[in-house]
Amino acid sequence: MNAFWTTFAQLTLNGIAVGAIYALVALGLVLIYKATEVLNFAHGDLLVVSAFAAWGMITVWAFPFWLALMLTVVGVALFAYALDAFIIRRIAGQPQFAGVMLTIALAFMIRGAVSMLFGPESRNYPTPWSNQSMQIAGLSVANLQLVILGTAMLVTVILFLFFRYTLLGVAMQAASQNQLAAYLNGVRVKRVNSLVWALGGVTAAFAGVLLAPITMVDISLWFVTLKALAALVLGGFGSIPGAIVGGLLIGLIEQYAGVYMPDGTKDVVAYLVLIGVLIVRPHGLLGEAHGRRV
Amino acid sequence: MRFDYHTRYREGFALWRSPFDRNLYALLALILIVLPWVVTPFALGELSYLFILSIASLGLMTLTGFTGQVSLGHAAFVAIGAYGHAWFLSKGLPLPLSLLLTALMSAAAGLLVGIPAIRVSGLYLAMVTMAFAIIVEQVIGHWSSVTGGFTGLAVNDPSLWGASLAGPKTFYYFCLIMLCLVLLALLNIMRSGTGRALIGIRESEAASYALGISVKGMKASAFALSAGITGLAGALLAHHLKYLTPDGFTLLLSLELVLMVVIGGLGSLRGAILGAVLISLLPTAISRIKPFLPDSIAKQFGLETFIFGFVLAVFVLFEPMGLNGRWLKIRTFLESFPLYRRDTFKRNKRYMKSERYR
Amino acid sequence: MNTSLNTPSLLLNVTHLSLQFGGVQAIADLSLKTYSGEVLAIIGPNGAGKTSLLNAVTRVFDPSGGQIYFKDQDLTQLPRHQIAKLGIARTFQNIELFETATVLDNLLLGRNRFFQGHWWQQVLHTPALARLEEEARAEVETIIDFLDLTAWRNSPISGLPYGVRKVVELGRAICAKPELLFLDEPASGLNPEETRDLAFWIDDIRKELGITVVMVEHDMSLVSAVADRVICMAQGRILAEGSPAEVQSNPLVVAAYLGA
Repeated sequence: MNAFWTTFAQLTLNGIAVGAIYALVALGLVLIYKATEVLNFAHGDLLVVSAFAAWGMITVWAFPFWLALMLTVVGVALFAYALDAFIIRRIAGQPQFAGVMLTIALAFMIRGAVSMLFGPESRNYPTPWSNQSMQIAGLSVANLQLVILGTAMLVTVILFLFFRYTLLGVAMQAASQNQLAAYLNGVRVKRVNSLVWALGGVTAAFAGVLLAPITMVDISLWFVTLKALAALVLGGFGSIPGAIVGGLLIGLIEQYAGVYMPDGTKDVVAYLVLIGVLIVRPHGLLGEAHGRRV
Repeated sequence: MRFDYHTRYREGFALWRSPFDRNLYALLALILIVLPWVVTPFALGELSYLFILSIASLGLMTLTGFTGQVSLGHAAFVAIGAYGHAWFLSKGLPLPLSLLLTALMSAAAGLLVGIPAIRVSGLYLAMVTMAFAIIVEQVIGHWSSVTGGFTGLAVNDPSLWGASLAGPKTFYYFCLIMLCLVLLALLNIMRSGTGRALIGIRESEAASYALGISVKGMKASAFALSAGITGLAGALLAHHLKYLTPDGFTLLLSLELVLMVVIGGLGSLRGAILGAVLISLLPTAISRIKPFLPDSIAKQFGLETFIFGFVLAVFVLFEPMGLNGRWLKIRTFLESFPLYRRDTFKRNKRYMKSERYR
Repeated sequence: MNTSLNTPSLLLNVTHLSLQFGGVQAIADLSLKTYSGEVLAIIGPNGAGKTSLLNAVTRVFDPSGGQIYFKDQDLTQLPRHQIAKLGIARTFQNIELFETATVLDNLLLGRNRFFQGHWWQQVLHTPALARLEEEARAEVETIIDFLDLTAWRNSPISGLPYGVRKVVELGRAICAKPELLFLDEPASGLNPEETRDLAFWIDDIRKELGITVVMVEHDMSLVSAVADRVICMAQGRILAEGSPAEVQSNPLVVAAYLGA
């Protein structure tokens, strides 16, 4: 019995650590979706860019980790801002499908460019917490995972305070709910939307730089987007707390499935959850149901 | 300028808009029939692959282009068709029966996905189909007893009444005939009541309900029809590949199909075929360009992915109606020659309607 | 075409209808009757529940209480897409036309409730199907003549002016050959000339095509010109009922809606 609980607790801890990554990525996705109604399929590729940028700075240019992290975050934020300002903005007013297609195209382009520039080998880079682990109440956890968890929580709290108490945050919320009204109130909607993309880029950068040492620096990082989508759906589309809850839950479910369910389920359980939620309760756990006035 | 001088109502819904069009298509058919005698077997193989992709593209177009339901997971139906057909053949079924059963099985799978998918729309549907495709891919990999798992499955050669269809020329005609049959069936559907109803569902569900269209039923049927056609393409693909492995049916194939449909032009059968032509020619074109590029850029498949993305981005930004749109614009220009108005095809941008509340 | 023009029969019988959206009571204990051959106008301020009434009858929403009978058929149990088959058609407040299709295609879709051929006939495009399509086209052409849409026959909706779209919406509803036609603010956005044309058309619809019309409307000149009976709604209930002159002079109606 004790062994069961130990395993369960260990799995739970792992699940929360993994879930924190999904939550972070899902957070970026939901921010962008709420603001511009575009589901950014290229988000995972922003993670890839962050990881490769960090690798380049740490191993090739021998920057210290913190400097590389800060530069990557700023750089990817600028990149995401530019993506919105120069490319995504042009399809404003077109049906949602166009946005999906455009982000898929961008995803391909970024992936292809990274592939061409860096080649197919997986790489790695050292972090201040690599190969260290701690014992908490008899359970072992890698330090890096704790850092990831801490970062995710910190980013969430900062974003919450930002949206609640700063003028720019309120302006962003306004722009995402009713663009015309926001314009009429003096909010520079286009700029604000690009800034939201930049925020999405920030979350992607943190996620990418911190995740890559665990899963290797290569293009397959973009797969995390799919899990994040499942997290979004589970938590409720368009709900920021939902993204976080959904991410953590998906992480937990995956870990449990790996041990308690038949072999191979772990790889697909996130997608099964996605389909299941959409069938049973389309607006997820924390989202609102929408109808249309005719 | 071109005017339609119709004397009977049935000329309004005929397959060709004028005798000129009919002659042009007849000429195209003639060229396609004569081609095997003037072209190398390798090119014939490429053309057969093109026809197979066209059928798959038509299948996806039926769903996405005509009912407006986005599917990012059609590779799943291609896989079901390919593996199903290979399995039926290995059990000794004759070719026509196997093809029919494969199409039906694929349609049933489409219905399976379609019925829950009806309750969601737009983005959610895209994600459901994508998740479905990933699950199917994993199932194929793990169900080794039937699909050979990751080691793969060999496919028997096609043969009809004792004669083998595996040779380049016979396979070319086989694929061409299947493509023509599928195309004709779809053209007929689209110009009759069912086709109109499908377009109605895409444009306005509220109005469709009010007109007596069973929206849920039609959506499910569209899924089934689309899956069936794509499954048929998968069956033919099995013969083309001759050996099936799960990594031939990944998310990338789904996205390739979506590319064909979007670049070709949503909502037109001609677009599906044009898109398939472009996407299947792109890799050959890229490999021709590679020798001229500096070494660092020319390596890996990264270049191909990049160019696919770039072409899609260009079309989404500058020609949303796709290749078919460009065709229509050129044709309208020629037909209304001195009086062509550039804004005939102007897109209506809607800024006030949020699609979150569909 | 219409046998009941002389002896009006009860077409629509709504009793004690109530409709709730969360905390909002859109319709509260509403009862009304519609007789064949008449033009009934429903007026009232915004938020009175007029369009909700339309939506409840055409099964867009499920009522929370009450009965709706159409010629002895209970509507509350029917699924939404079977309303058209009974002979009920409607137009929409915000035009719900099929944007990329032509006017002709939109009108042909109006005929969806009629038999359009078996699926195998459609796939093979048999001569029988060609004849069915030709008949459908012939029927639709009479409506095109009726509504003066001949110039726009092959234009896609997306290029049409607003007034023409309203007419196409009306035409599409008529193509279903309904017995009962619901019009949701048919004159909104039309200039006085188009409104006058609309008044003539509604009258012709009733006299020549034998269709009973129930219209939700704000334009009092149209109501006075065309309606036999007027019902004024406010806050989900009926405020007044009677001929146009009676209702327009009713002090309650003046206070709630029309103004002095």
